[in-house]
Amino acid sequence: MSKRTVIRASGLGKSYVIGHKGADRHDTLRDTLARGAGNLVRMGRSAMRGRPLVAGDTTEEFWALRDVSFEIAQGDVVGVIGRNGAGKSTLLKVLSRITEPTAGRVEIRGRVASLLEVGTGFHPELSGRENIFLNGAILGMSQAEIRRKFDEIVAFSEVERFLDTPVKRYSSGMYVRLAFAVAAHLESEILVIDEVLAVGDAEFQKKCLGKVNDLANAGRTVLFVSHNLGTIGALCTRGIVLQNGRVAHDGAIGEALATYVAQSTRSVDYVAGADAAGKPVHFAAARVAESEGGIVVRAEVMAGAAQSIIVNARIRDPIGAPLGMASLGGFDPGQLVQLAAGRNAIAMQVCLPPLANGNYFVDLDIEEPYGHFLDRVEGQLNFEIVRTPESSHGRVLLPDWGVGTIQFPARAAAAS
Amino acid sequence: MTDSPEPSTLIIEAGRSELHYWRDLWNYRELFTILAWRDVSVQYKQTFIGVAWAVLRPALTMAIFTVIFGRIAKVPTEGNVPYPLLVMAGMLPWFLISTIVSNGANSLVTNSNLISKVYFPRLIVPVASALVAVVDFAINLVLLFAMMAWFGFLPDWHLLLMPAFVVMGLLAALGPTLIMAALNVNYRDFRFVIPFAVQFGLYVSPVGFSSAIVPEKWRLLYALNPVVAVVDGFRWSLLGGRTHFGADTFLTGSAVIALFLWFGIKLFRGTERSFADLV
Repeated sequence: MSKRTVIRASGLGKSYVIGHKGADRHDTLRDTLARGAGNLVRMGRSAMRGRPLVAGDTTEEFWALRDVSFEIAQGDVVGVIGRNGAGKSTLLKVLSRITEPTAGRVEIRGRVASLLEVGTGFHPELSGRENIFLNGAILGMSQAEIRRKFDEIVAFSEVERFLDTPVKRYSSGMYVRLAFAVAAHLESEILVIDEVLAVGDAEFQKKCLGKVNDLANAGRTVLFVSHNLGTIGALCTRGIVLQNGRVAHDGAIGEALATYVAQSTRSVDYVAGADAAGKPVHFAAARVAESEGGIVVRAEVMAGAAQSIIVNARIRDPIGAPLGMASLGGFDPGQLVQLAAGRNAIAMQVCLPPLANGNYFVDLDIEEPYGHFLDRVEGQLNFEIVRTPESSHGRVLLPDWGVGTIQFPARAAAAS
Repeated sequence: MTDSPEPSTLIIEAGRSELHYWRDLWNYRELFTILAWRDVSVQYKQTFIGVAWAVLRPALTMAIFTVIFGRIAKVPTEGNVPYPLLVMAGMLPWFLISTIVSNGANSLVTNSNLISKVYFPRLIVPVASALVAVVDFAINLVLLFAMMAWFGFLPDWHLLLMPAFVVMGLLAALGPTLIMAALNVNYRDFRFVIPFAVQFGLYVSPVGFSSAIVPEKWRLLYALNPVVAVVDGFRWSLLGGRTHFGADTFLTGSAVIALFLWFGIKLFRGTERSFADLV
């Protein structure tokens, strides 16, 4: 199979106009009226020129993507990595023709199927069977193709018994399984996948990843966005790191992950976005601080009503591989966290063994005592281990030795 | 589509007009069918009387018109056509057009979850939503034929022309629908304008009366409302040519419909690439 270029992007840029609200210092009726009139004139002017309306007192141009160029060859499995707001989703939207770039151009050879969301277009009133056809058509499958794969899709989704039930009666797990089952049977030369595998239970996730892996092995070109560096490291052969809308690195996946990790050495506190507010229990804010012999995770959790929960901290090493998990209540029910309705402050001390130098990620979960996830914070928090030979009485384990990242304490035992 | 040995290169660029737009539209015909089917099958889900709503709405409106305009206000009918039949024959094309416009104008906003997540020619959405109105229309047509049988009105060869006037009605609805759908994405003001415009349209179109009562000198001006030609033509073909239908009305109406359609498609295509960012 010749390695010909299937996607060539050059100088790609995408800008949005965003509005700001002015300072509300002199809020007399007269000021408000004057400003309102000014905004009306401005909006009228943009309406005349056919430009979008932007609320706010002043506007600013914001470049979500800037001067992005890359080439992707047939059969490449490329991970797109970057922090929230780095432009990953915008890039995928441009490549899947949902939105038009402001500058630059892309050449694509072959059929592109994009999976930016699981269950796009599912209609709650329609049955599972009807939704398979609807969703398949929306994703670009022909009716003949769906009919051919129907049994396979149903088997994959594990919802046979409820095929003729409206999906509004489905549990969220069934809904997601059915939706992903359709998407997993999508066949196209180029597949663009956004953070959609982060749904469902662990077993189903494994099944999904296996499916993506099969596609990659079958020579399909895959573009993949995920916060889970472990998944990206395992699936992809190449990585593109985006930072503030620009390509910060493009190369082999190992280097790309290292670049990304180096980029985010300073631990940034997590603050929940607007989408978290809909969940009954969710993290409002979280941070990780180093402490004697480990780390302390401090979080603020919003709860709709009083209840007891499990809080997990999953720790991943500098290349994104899982290292281990600490939990309040997950192992010992006596440690369950009692939440009151409203804002709760939680702190968890995690004791760590000596670790190799580098940047470690902390993912947080809130879980119900019987295993249902309520909220997750992933790829947001990290801490850095810096040990010098002086501080640890000798040599320090480094990740590039290739022996892992935990330095187990050992001492001489009596030789018999 | 997938099995071409050398897939053609797709170029995405700012402001680039799609070369294969109409071919692309054809390739997405299955999506069109299934979206239309979705709208139709969801329409009467979880309602008690189901499809009966499709019949009840025009039947009740006709009853009200007959009592208020026919009996109390004594609006004249035309020739020997019973007033309820005159109203019903006007109501059908009117409901076809008004339902298409009001559904279609909101269709992009109600399907925003699709538009922001998947690519397809956006034209599919408002046109597919029009099919719900066509299904309702077909059901009502049965009711209308039943009424004609009741009044002893048998259609003649004029009926053969009726499908042409239905198509004319669809085209008449499509132009304004595309304009309003495109504008509604960016200016939600149209959400408030549309119900008002539809209400207004019912009174300025010859639904509750025959356009024969419009004074001769105003006829041409009146025909600028494209609904006039559709309603007059539909009624004329159905009632065996016994109602007024002027050639000048037909020509003026067709010209206005073509103008709206041309402008609607132009506006829609000019703005559709930014829908995902705005909706």
